[in-house]
Amino acid sequence: MSQYKTQTHKIGVYLWIWALLFVFSFFSYMVDYLNFEGLLRWTLILVFMVSKAALIVAVFMHLFWERYAIVNVLLWPMTLMLLFVGIMAAESEYTLFTRLFYFVAGS
Amino acid sequence: MNRALGNLPKGWGGFTHDWSSDQRAFKGMPWNKAMMWIFLLSDTFIFMCVLISYMTGRASTAVSWPNPSVVFGLEVFGTSVPLLLIAIMTFVLISSSGTMAIAVKYGYEKNRKLCAIFLLLTAVCGATFVGMQAFEWTKLILHEGIRPWGNPFGAEQFGAFFFMITGFHGTHVTIGVIFLLIMARKTWRGDFDTGRKGFFTSVTSNYRAIEIMGLYWHFVDLVWVFIFAFFYLW
Repeated sequence: MSQYKTQTHKIGVYLWIWALLFVFSFFSYMVDYLNFEGLLRWTLILVFMVSKAALIVAVFMHLFWERYAIVNVLLWPMTLMLLFVGIMAAESEYTLFTRLFYFVAGS
Repeated sequence: MNRALGNLPKGWGGFTHDWSSDQRAFKGMPWNKAMMWIFLLSDTFIFMCVLISYMTGRASTAVSWPNPSVVFGLEVFGTSVPLLLIAIMTFVLISSSGTMAIAVKYGYEKNRKLCAIFLLLTAVCGATFVGMQAFEWTKLILHEGIRPWGNPFGAEQFGAFFFMITGFHGTHVTIGVIFLLIMARKTWRGDFDTGRKGFFTSVTSNYRAIEIMGLYWHFVDLVWVFIFAFFYLW
């Protein structure tokens, strides 16, 4: 087993991240509670979402301490998926356009 | 030649070294942990496909989308609070992630009792989450009349995406709770100290299994972060 490394951290690290996740979740709930609208709402939701996801993956899943061999295997495919999101966003805009043009306007 | 992990290059130099080296790319990582990461990546693809189809469905409908903070609101002492149950579910799942991280820490330190206790706490939080989700589904199906093919609030696709996304995530949580209970029992019994063979696998295991269990559980929490943002808040 000696070739496998284990990382031990002080319990405080996890408690801090836990607290931060609570704070970010509270903030993102407040976005809805205070009825923020439009660009401000979407930006805040995304900021808190990405912060929470980054904390979970980096600290709780220990990816921050892993070698780049595995980090790159995981993060590049996930980055590429953003391209898929972009493609389908454009596609859905087109579908909406055709629906409005032929069904709503044409009826 | 000293092949100890500490002597290998780190960062990008380590990346090229590991991937161009002999036999194995993931230095210092047991195969079952590497395979759990690969599985989680493939699971990410599945959840991503579901969420992207939700985005496509919601963005392409000409009918107005139901307002989540109204649909998922709760009446508390006569006043309606938006997303109350969902907020509590979010905090419960995050707490379960916190206890899991601590269980993994005690797993690293081979602290049998504390590791088992925190695994059990994680399982309790996970079961609570699934219970609240069952309550939510009951409320939406019986009282709000939401169906996969239609609902009284707006676009018909809403129900299909809601049940698909939360159902698939809830299935993951349920499977996680079952495995957490199995791991808690194995840990408490001292299987990782005595080298007792698994009932199903017939192989001995060790405390690294807790870390791999933790990866899965944190992933379930991670997916909920995205569902919470995109389905409930957006």
